[in-house]
Amino acid sequence: MHDPVLSVRNVSKSFGALKASKDVTLDLLPGEIHALIGPNGAGKSTLIQQIAGGLKPDSGSIHFLGRNVTGLSTVERARLGLGRTFQISALAMEDTVLQNAMLGALGAHGRTYRFWQPVLRNRDLREIAEQALERVGLTDRADMRTSDLSHGQRRQLEVAVAMTLHPRAFIMDEPMAGLGASGSKSLTEFLDQLRHEAPILLVEHDMDAVFALADRISVLVYGEVIATGTVDEIRANPEVRRAYLGDDA
Amino acid sequence: MTREATFNGFVSLALLLFPLWAWWADEPFMITLATKVAILGLAGVGLNIALGLGGLVSLGHAAFFGIGGYAMGILASHAQSYAPLMEWPFLIEGTKSMPIIWIVALIASAVAALLIGALSLRTSGVYFIMITLAFGQMLYYFAISWSAYGGEDGLSIYVRNGFPGMNTLDPIQFFIIAYVLLMIAILFASRLARSAFGLALNAARQTPVRAETVGIVPYRLQLVAFTLSGAITGLAGALFADLNRFVSPTMLSWQTSGEIMVFLILGGTARLFGPVVGAAVFIILEEILGDFSDYWHIHLGVLLLLIVLFARGGIIGLVAGEEKRHA
Ligand SMILES: Nc1ncnc2c1ncn2[C@@H]1O[C@H](COP(=O)(O)OP(=O)(O)O)[C@@H](O)[C@H]1O
Ligand SMILES: [Mg+2]
Repeated sequence: MHDPVLSVRNVSKSFGALKASKDVTLDLLPGEIHALIGPNGAGKSTLIQQIAGGLKPDSGSIHFLGRNVTGLSTVERARLGLGRTFQISALAMEDTVLQNAMLGALGAHGRTYRFWQPVLRNRDLREIAEQALERVGLTDRADMRTSDLSHGQRRQLEVAVAMTLHPRAFIMDEPMAGLGASGSKSLTEFLDQLRHEAPILLVEHDMDAVFALADRISVLVYGEVIATGTVDEIRANPEVRRAYLGDDA
Repeated sequence: MTREATFNGFVSLALLLFPLWAWWADEPFMITLATKVAILGLAGVGLNIALGLGGLVSLGHAAFFGIGGYAMGILASHAQSYAPLMEWPFLIEGTKSMPIIWIVALIASAVAALLIGALSLRTSGVYFIMITLAFGQMLYYFAISWSAYGGEDGLSIYVRNGFPGMNTLDPIQFFIIAYVLLMIAILFASRLARSAFGLALNAARQTPVRAETVGIVPYRLQLVAFTLSGAITGLAGALFADLNRFVSPTMLSWQTSGEIMVFLILGGTARLFGPVVGAAVFIILEEILGDFSDYWHIHLGVLLLLIVLFARGGIIGLVAGEEKRHA
């Protein structure tokens, strides 16, 4: 078996009396999509935040590419190759779609401190950005202002920006949120391909997508991982059915 | 060409032709007004890098304007009294050379902006406004109490500083110097806005978490922007002191910071020529309304209110419509 790309070990985090993460342990293996599911308020976004570096765990550690990154900032983790998408789109709304995609490319390639050359004429960066846009199907929107995109297109752009980092692992917080049935379906197909480039830790509510994509599923309830297993194992797990899926699932 | 570019070209040309006409018509006061527009516009171009591009609402840019002014005042006063600034450990003498004064003003205000920025940028929002204001006021009171350089009364310089090959006492020649520096600064600001740095700074303003997740440190970008911004405003300060042949703590007062910000709001924040248009309107109003009443600021206040309420893009926004940040 391969070493995990990302591993969360015994992570706990409290907000006052509220335990948002309780001794959470999970791995992301090369080539896999590991889905993290659980009811609203279970602590999924909080866990993602701790993996990405926005929040520090109270205890436990996070390892990425064999390195303990618990003490590293968001920026340092991004530079190591952690590509993240947000539950609520975090994009430069006044800028064009292409400019947003280029931002990822220039940040990842450490070319931020250039003061004179027009960045849009930088061929290398532009190519990286355009490739990512093409892959998510936003090529014909490249010159549009991001605030003019539909909700679904913004979700696609979120993924494209993360891709421009050429990450070693993706962490995606509800990428399908608010997408219609056809939007979810095409993003599902896309993520199915993307896993070959880098494994994906996928927080998702859309169960059709989760069951279609996931190699493994972890179920988070009240900050605690109550089960980890293959799709079939999780479907069959009585505790999960009771706590989350509803008995008729 | 976009409408904004056409309008910018028109503004550049008008700012050049007006003093040339005044020169021909022998109206030196009008040349001085145009020079004032160019210099205050330059101060605004500086602030616009922090405020327009970076979203850093600094109410302390008078600090840099004043430091530039005092750089000129101190160097020139030592030159006119033939007393060196210091003799140990090495000799530093005053100077009446504009280029040297500009370099000193640029460096001194850049260093000040770096230090003030390094502390202020740890905060944001209202706290940032208050901290920059506080630093400005500290320098203001320091200048008042600095009796070696005139304290509250300020410093007079008898003869305008020199520029190789030009007679700077001739208003039109001094105007040309100010105008060329303004245009260089605007060229720099326009390249900056379209550069990799500008893209990242703009994104860090709109969505700092996104910047971090792609490996960009907003604090560092903003500090560089604040330093560049302070340096340009400092250069304007040196020119302004040279225009008046006088520097006083007023240059460092919070009202000065407020006025520079008013140029941006009037003309259009984050618009390349916003500060120039704003400074021009400000000075025209000051001249016309100032003759009628000492309370012309009330009219200015009403105008500002209207712009903030109904025309967020300032005058350039009204003329040229919404901004396009392409290409
Ligand atoms: N910064 C915070 N301060 C206090 N409580 C928080 C904070 N962030 C999240 N929480 C709480 O932690 C719990 C888990 O939230 P979250 O991780 O967003 O859940 P999920 O993403 O699974 O819906 C919720 O009860 C939420 O209210
Ligand atoms: Mg969430």
